[in-house]
Amino acid sequence: MPVDMELEAVLRPMQYPMVPYPPKFITLANGKKMVIRQAAREDVPAILKSVHPCLFIERDYYDVVSARLYGELLAWYRYRVKSEYCLMGQVDGYLVGVVNGRMENEKVGMSYHTLAIDRGLRIGSHLFAAKMEYHMEYLNQDAVLIVAESPIGFRRWMIEYPLELTNIPHELGGGDSYRLTREIYFKAKPRLVVGDRPVPQELMDEAMADIKFADDDTIRERIAGLKGR
Amino acid sequence: MRDVAIIGAGMIPFGRRDEDSLMEMLAYASLKALDDADLGDKSVDAVYVANMGGGMLQHQSAIASSLVDRLSLLPAAAETIENGPASGASALKNGLLAVASGYYDYVLVVGGEKMREVTGWRATDFVATMTHPQAEYPYGITLPGMGGMFTRLYMEKYGVTREHLLAVSLKNQEMGTLNPYAHVEMALDREGIFDSPHAIVNNPTSADPLHLYDLCPVSDGAAALVLCPLEMAKKLSKPPVLIAGFGQATDTHTLQERDDPTDLKAVTLAAQQAFERAKLKPSDIHVAELHDAFTILEIAESEHVGFFKKGEGGKAAAAGKTRLGGQIPINVSGGLKARGHPVGATGIAQVVDIVWQLRHELPKSRQVQKAQNGLTVNFGGFGNNVLAFVLKRVEQ
Repeated sequence: MPVDMELEAVLRPMQYPMVPYPPKFITLANGKKMVIRQAAREDVPAILKSVHPCLFIERDYYDVVSARLYGELLAWYRYRVKSEYCLMGQVDGYLVGVVNGRMENEKVGMSYHTLAIDRGLRIGSHLFAAKMEYHMEYLNQDAVLIVAESPIGFRRWMIEYPLELTNIPHELGGGDSYRLTREIYFKAKPRLVVGDRPVPQELMDEAMADIKFADDDTIRERIAGLKGR
Repeated sequence: MRDVAIIGAGMIPFGRRDEDSLMEMLAYASLKALDDADLGDKSVDAVYVANMGGGMLQHQSAIASSLVDRLSLLPAAAETIENGPASGASALKNGLLAVASGYYDYVLVVGGEKMREVTGWRATDFVATMTHPQAEYPYGITLPGMGGMFTRLYMEKYGVTREHLLAVSLKNQEMGTLNPYAHVEMALDREGIFDSPHAIVNNPTSADPLHLYDLCPVSDGAAALVLCPLEMAKKLSKPPVLIAGFGQATDTHTLQERDDPTDLKAVTLAAQQAFERAKLKPSDIHVAELHDAFTILEIAESEHVGFFKKGEGGKAAAAGKTRLGGQIPINVSGGLKARGHPVGATGIAQVVDIVWQLRHELPKSRQVQKAQNGLTVNFGGFGNNVLAFVLKRVEQ
């Protein structure tokens, strides 16, 4: 698609400087190692291939979450969102989950979405925790505003941390924001935020190679199939 | 009284069955058992349906009446049996007595539950309705909460450790990967749920000292059996499985009223009755399905039924004595821990698995070689209503 760079200069929002999220790895319940690393803008088309089959899964509001995530990542890819980032989880090189958010301003972060493409291994919990870790420990922010769009998200974020309810509207719409403060984060960190650094070179090389994707049927079965974990 | 045999066994895969109603699940499992029984032009005289939560979760009552019509089994007698998580075994007991008495020749016993159409919170609350309505429930007790307190006491009294619980969890989930009917088909890794510092998130405390992977999942599912007099069963092609003995016992509703809350008296009594009626002893059993809603229960029940002395069950599990190929293979199906626990179905599913074992029909990876006798224990409430069955292969 032709791009008018003169107009783009007007349309593209300014970006806050963002230090990179240092990759880490986590041993999952089945013994597999999940690498969590920051996605580059160029990774977005590949990530969207895994998000796409989730658009048609009603179970546990995957359709809503994945549709919004799809739009947010596309908007980031096309430079239409201010200071957005995306972290992803990979096991054996395969994409198993995605989280994203952005800096509302230098002190406040805006959490967007958490999508676990493989289920039953607390991948969503680990990725959400990594997102909060990024805001608090690397972007050095004071607070993150969060809403949940599924009962699972509400249980995992609002109750488990637990987050405080505010009357601040969240830019995703819906209800008022819940807020993660530095105090809440560091209190919850020992039981919710894990991971080791540095990632062993072999694991990192596997993750940094072409992102692998399960086929659509496998993704649908993992998310909405009969079996659980 | 006539000897009673199981001539048909069927089950549908347990899991999250969003597309199926409770009635459909019960019908699918029933048809599988009826096909397996191969009754020809005969039909069943009576149907016993085990279900705990249809009234609460599906707003449906008179489930048995609905099922006989759905299955075109009219005018068979039909009853729904509700006995908490022991509903399945209670339904089987009623079927057994009906055939043994001579009133009915062919009986279908089916159990099912649809628990995943409500949130985990609602499902936990629904199960907690079996607790004492004045002394327990209003104070927020849940079954996992009781399991946690029981585990703590058992640890203090008998030296059970988290290593012992872990051995049960790893074993049952490993067996679940081999069982196509199991809800959970994922082997766990010791490092991921115990050794690694990451385990704090992977396997968080659920009801201290129980952790997430000490608990069974919440499942949808159904299982069914067909019974008839042993003499009739002997004319069929498949080896009949004799219900050689059953036992049932009750205990106080509240845990606090028991002299020793770690003493599961109803388990001991139910197993003793079943062994006496079968004229067998624990050492005669080749395979057992015990009610491991929590890992501690497999350990405690393995002691209370007489497989191990008190305080030895945990060590036996850790030493591999309860694995396939061990001294007494327990929960080779994956147990409630991996197969899942749709409460009304569980007691029947346990018997279905033992029937398959005694018929030697399972793949090598899950078959207890030359199994002749099996035991099931279905645990209702927190051990306040327990049923045990001893099953025996009958050579043609």
